Amino acid sequence: MATAIMHAKDLREKYLVGRNLPTIWCSGCGIGTVISATMRAIERLGLAQQETVFCIGIGCSGYSSRYVNFDATHTLHGRALPVATGMKLANPKLKVIVLTGDGDSMAIGGNHFIHAARRNIDLTTIIFNNGIYGMTGGQYSPATPFGALSTTSPYGMIEGDFDAAKLAIAAGATYVARSSTYHAQQLTDIIAGAITHPGFSVVDALCQCPNHFGRLNKQGTAAAMMRGYRDQCVRVGPTDGTAGEAAGATGESAGATDGGSMPVARVDLDRYEGTGRIPIGLLYKAIRPELTAEYAKVREATEASEA
Amino acid sequence: MTRRLLLGNEAIGEGALAAGVRFFAGYPITPATEIAEFMARRLPAVDGTFIQMEDEIGSMCAVVGASLAGVKAMTASSGPGLSLKQEAIGMAAMQEVPCVVVDVMRVGPSTGMATLPAQQDVMQARWGTHGDRGAIALCPSSVKECFDLAVRAVNLAERFRTPVHLLADAEVGHMREVIDIPERVEIENRRRPTVPAGDPSFQAYAGDADGVPPMADFGAGYLWHAEASTHNARGDLASTDHVAAAALNRRLIDKVNQKAKEITFYSERRLDDAEVVIVSYGVSARGAAEAVEMARAEGIKAGLLTLQTIWPFPAHLIEGLMGEGEAAAKLRPQGGCPKAVLVAELNAGQVVIEVDRAVRGRASVELVGRHDGRILAPADILARIKEVR
Repeated sequence: MATAIMHAKDLREKYLVGRNLPTIWCSGCGIGTVISATMRAIERLGLAQQETVFCIGIGCSGYSSRYVNFDATHTLHGRALPVATGMKLANPKLKVIVLTGDGDSMAIGGNHFIHAARRNIDLTTIIFNNGIYGMTGGQYSPATPFGALSTTSPYGMIEGDFDAAKLAIAAGATYVARSSTYHAQQLTDIIAGAITHPGFSVVDALCQCPNHFGRLNKQGTAAAMMRGYRDQCVRVGPTDGTAGEAAGATGESAGATDGGSMPVARVDLDRYEGTGRIPIGLLYKAIRPELTAEYAKVREATEASEA
Repeated sequence: MTRRLLLGNEAIGEGALAAGVRFFAGYPITPATEIAEFMARRLPAVDGTFIQMEDEIGSMCAVVGASLAGVKAMTASSGPGLSLKQEAIGMAAMQEVPCVVVDVMRVGPSTGMATLPAQQDVMQARWGTHGDRGAIALCPSSVKECFDLAVRAVNLAERFRTPVHLLADAEVGHMREVIDIPERVEIENRRRPTVPAGDPSFQAYAGDADGVPPMADFGAGYLWHAEASTHNARGDLASTDHVAAAALNRRLIDKVNQKAKEITFYSERRLDDAEVVIVSYGVSARGAAEAVEMARAEGIKAGLLTLQTIWPFPAHLIEGLMGEGEAAAKLRPQGGCPKAVLVAELNAGQVVIEVDRAVRGRASVELVGRHDGRILAPADILARIKEVR
């Protein structure tokens, strides 16, 4: 495992496709910060570049497909997860990382998202959550807060929003964490934790869209939006995303009844409901049967009975 | 060789396994479900993988993902499911990912008649995803052909790096016949790159001489991008590059359509002196074959061309039927043009459009069709032969 912190230039040379740089994203966009945290996590874990693959959806985050120096597939709107599911099942040795947005994963791809979580297949899903459809110019998404302005909610958002973390936990994800572009170090930590976790892991990466969300909602510059994350977010749960067991939970794990699903970390997210505070950190972690490992057992059993 | 009594849908599964399919993703749907059930039972024992996805869209996407990882992959559905899969079929065509899409056709539109046969998805198989591309579709009319054409569909997908449709129907899929399964079948594998991983000259989407780029498995170290948006030869997204778009679209069409003869499979019956020719496929060809014999018994010169390949449409065979072109030597050795062509199919007229276009007025072309969940009876077809003779 690599331990030294890699210089940004070296990181870029190793993990990004130089000929496609600079990136297309707007000035101040948070996506690059999340990509950077992802690459730092990969470097820290010492993952083999040829065995790490990206399945990528459509939207602003989808544009990352052209920059990552890995086998990568730029798929369809909302469909990165089922593509990743097929890929991981076909070759469980691959580390499969899914890059998606809040609209991509929770609106058009919502069905795939909850079922990938239910299956607990060993995929890492990073949601670039900016609360808006940026690529198409600022329409509301399932993560747009109540009352917020967008080009399709010009009088204010009147629908409720999804909390990606709660949705993932309810659907069966076994590693759920959240951080923001302001908390880039923690973001790197939890992405590393998510990649290491043997099951379906979700990172809700809050990232600013100053050009659409920020402008429409008068939130100021990218820096001002990031300061907003600083002021709103509250660190909860284990501090290191990779050490959930050691850091322990908030004492609620006794409630689990089926042996395999005992959470080793669980933050009471309801406490933050309506407080204006956003809990960040490792929010939930459990060890449950993982799909590709279970299927390997099915293979062994059928091959044995055929023989 | 093993002699087996099989359902058409099971024979499709056997053919796919024989051709090397080791991944199947599906979703329950009548009248195709037996294929998924067969695969769920059989795949794990041959080191393969089955998964029932959350929907038809997910199934198609999972197949694309598995194939990118280097495993031959297939899904199966019926018309309503094919409608849902269209988006990801386009992705497979654009990213050039080999895969097989079985459609056991039933009556539509919409939910239609779930248990009853139709041949109404022929045009959907050709045009049923947005954008231009070459399409391949094969159509079995017996349980034996379910096996044989499943093998061919897998091979063609690998050869041309494209989704291939296998269009069965509720009648053929649910028919039981005794067939001989060969010990081994001819297998074609996708070509892998000849340059080693890391070679800077590697371009993921540079078509070889025949327009089909060699394909590296994800995980093999080539670090390439399977791009569903318009891309250049390197696989870099090029969604405002007109030159790249023109070249890519042309190649996606030509790599298939220019090989139409290589992709054409068919059978024929009593065509050489036929004055009335029936063109048919799938279950309809069975009734048509019987009608030809009944007509001949009455002294009427009737013949049958059974298409196993629907797409790319084998226009050269129709040319041969008219006594012209290369195929004439085989189909009409004495030359001459039949008086009438009847196209027998379970729809309101799909393949007949292509036949009419290829005949170009040299004979009358008429449809013998129905779309009420019944198959075409030999007597119905015979009656039409007598009308047009």
